[in-house]
Amino acid sequence: MPPPAQAPGALAELTQETLALTRRLFLQLIRRPSTLVAGVLQPLIWLILFGALFANAPEGLLPGGMSYGRFLGAGVIVFTAFSAALNAGLPVMFDREFGFLNRLLVAPLRSRSSIVLSSVIYITALSLVQSLAIMMTASLLGYGWPGAAGLVLVMVTLLLLVFAVTALSLGLAFALPGHIELIAVIFVANLPLLFASTALAPLSFMPPWLGWLAALNPLTFAIEPIRAAYSGPLDLSAVLLEAPYGNLTGETCLLILLVLTIGLFLLIRPLLNRKLS
Amino acid sequence: MAMIELRQLSKAYGAVTALSNLDLSVPEACLYGLLGPNGAGKTTTLRILATLLAPDSGSVVVDGVDALQHPREVRRLLGYVAQEVAIDKILSGRELLQLQGDLYHLKRSDRDHRIDDLIDRLGMEAWIDRRCGTYSGGMRRRLDLAAGLLHRPRLLVLDEPTVGLDIESRSAIWQLLNQLVEAGTSVLLSSHYLEEIEVLADRMAIIDAGMVIAEGTPADLKQRLGGDRVTLRVREFSDAQEAARVRSVLEPIEGVREVVINRAQGFSLNLVIEGESVIGRLRDSLEGAGLPVFALAQSRPSLDDVYLQATGRTLMDAELAIAGQRDLKQEKRQSMR
Repeated sequence: MPPPAQAPGALAELTQETLALTRRLFLQLIRRPSTLVAGVLQPLIWLILFGALFANAPEGLLPGGMSYGRFLGAGVIVFTAFSAALNAGLPVMFDREFGFLNRLLVAPLRSRSSIVLSSVIYITALSLVQSLAIMMTASLLGYGWPGAAGLVLVMVTLLLLVFAVTALSLGLAFALPGHIELIAVIFVANLPLLFASTALAPLSFMPPWLGWLAALNPLTFAIEPIRAAYSGPLDLSAVLLEAPYGNLTGETCLLILLVLTIGLFLLIRPLLNRKLS
Repeated sequence: MAMIELRQLSKAYGAVTALSNLDLSVPEACLYGLLGPNGAGKTTTLRILATLLAPDSGSVVVDGVDALQHPREVRRLLGYVAQEVAIDKILSGRELLQLQGDLYHLKRSDRDHRIDDLIDRLGMEAWIDRRCGTYSGGMRRRLDLAAGLLHRPRLLVLDEPTVGLDIESRSAIWQLLNQLVEAGTSVLLSSHYLEEIEVLADRMAIIDAGMVIAEGTPADLKQRLGGDRVTLRVREFSDAQEAARVRSVLEPIEGVREVVINRAQGFSLNLVIEGESVIGRLRDSLEGAGLPVFALAQSRPSLDDVYLQATGRTLMDAELAIAGQRDLKQEKRQSMR
């Protein structure tokens, strides 16, 4: 992204253009709310159907004697935010394809980062709203609610994950030739990442090869801290995941997510620079 | 100082040359027309001006600013109305204009005031608050023109602004363009309509195969061709023999050039004359030879004649020839970031 400008009013101009672009995305969402509805509906169905599927599982099967509904809740919350963020690139891709991006590039934008920034703001807000809707439903289903500190942890974890996945999706939106390809990648990435994580079952249930996959899956690093936030007093230094390669604490999980986010933004930066220059 | 100075501009898409050492100078406060068939390089030239595309070589100076060194400054002083109008179907026309105003960092009060003004001038009141998805081609083009004008650019660049438009939208756009030029804005528009250039342009250039091949005012260009075009018959349907006799009478007359027998038009004769007095001499000579004039039509040279003279083919033939060669998929990829 271009270097920050020093001219007077640069910040005001940057704010104005970013807000205008963000406003456009929200107007689109409000007038075509099917994305929002589907984004809440799908995880909701997971939560209700999957929760019911294992409702009669023997007590004490899961670590810490947790009920399956409560165990699943964290996975579905993460899955909701993840799916929403994975779609971040779609509006950008459509703008590329329909030439609306050219309209933006002809304008004297203070920085073309505002195009990326507006997508990040939009998708973050959208995925957090969807996740909150799922959290409230889970709470109504009797799957619990994290305390105040827990809620902060849930939000921070989701933010990190959403930033990372948004970066990935925006990168794909500029790297792939069209929306068909982008949708195909989203479709293929979505469910396998869910299954190969600790969203639906703990590591101890998995054969070693799947355990390895799940222990390397970024979704797992988001799921475990949130599950911990739901299951009692907050202790980030406690071991949350007994991975095949070693024990991971909550702190480590968050740190990995942070590094992943920064790494992905650095990775897509040259691509965005090239496409937006 | 010229508003636009393009020097030795070249651009190729793979093996296809779009521009080859194109030079163009557009004066200030002038409506300048670029005439040429589809695929001649008009759109590429305008996209380079709008800073959407970098040339392979050459220089681009707009209002004294080097567009390749300082693209942002050029974006500020230039309004660009593209050929393929990209609008957001979900937004209303007014919301699109508000977005546009914010992208150019207008103050909110200025922005809304200017939007109202443009809605009025382009006759958009009735539908501006409806969603863009419901607009006709003419409405979209008017909205896009308003978007291009919102920041009051010193230079407005339009790529085929009236192609495929209804008469009402077209005349609304023509009228506005004339007002703008009167108020001191420079306008550069491309067209493959001879009529549009003829009616609107103060100056024009003919572009063919990525080069400027003729430049001047439309009147100049026609003047340079010289002579009126005359079509003449001595009988409603003549024959080859008689036509040849008429030609032999006409050819020696002073001020008569390029006498051609037009078989397709019942052996009428096409010729070019230098000056009005030739007509009288021509009638007398034919009378004397026992071949009195049955019908005679005289016309000024048209821009089509200018185009024919410059390129050796009519504009329509050029379009047909090029239609088969273009790779539209490739062009779409080029315009996509």
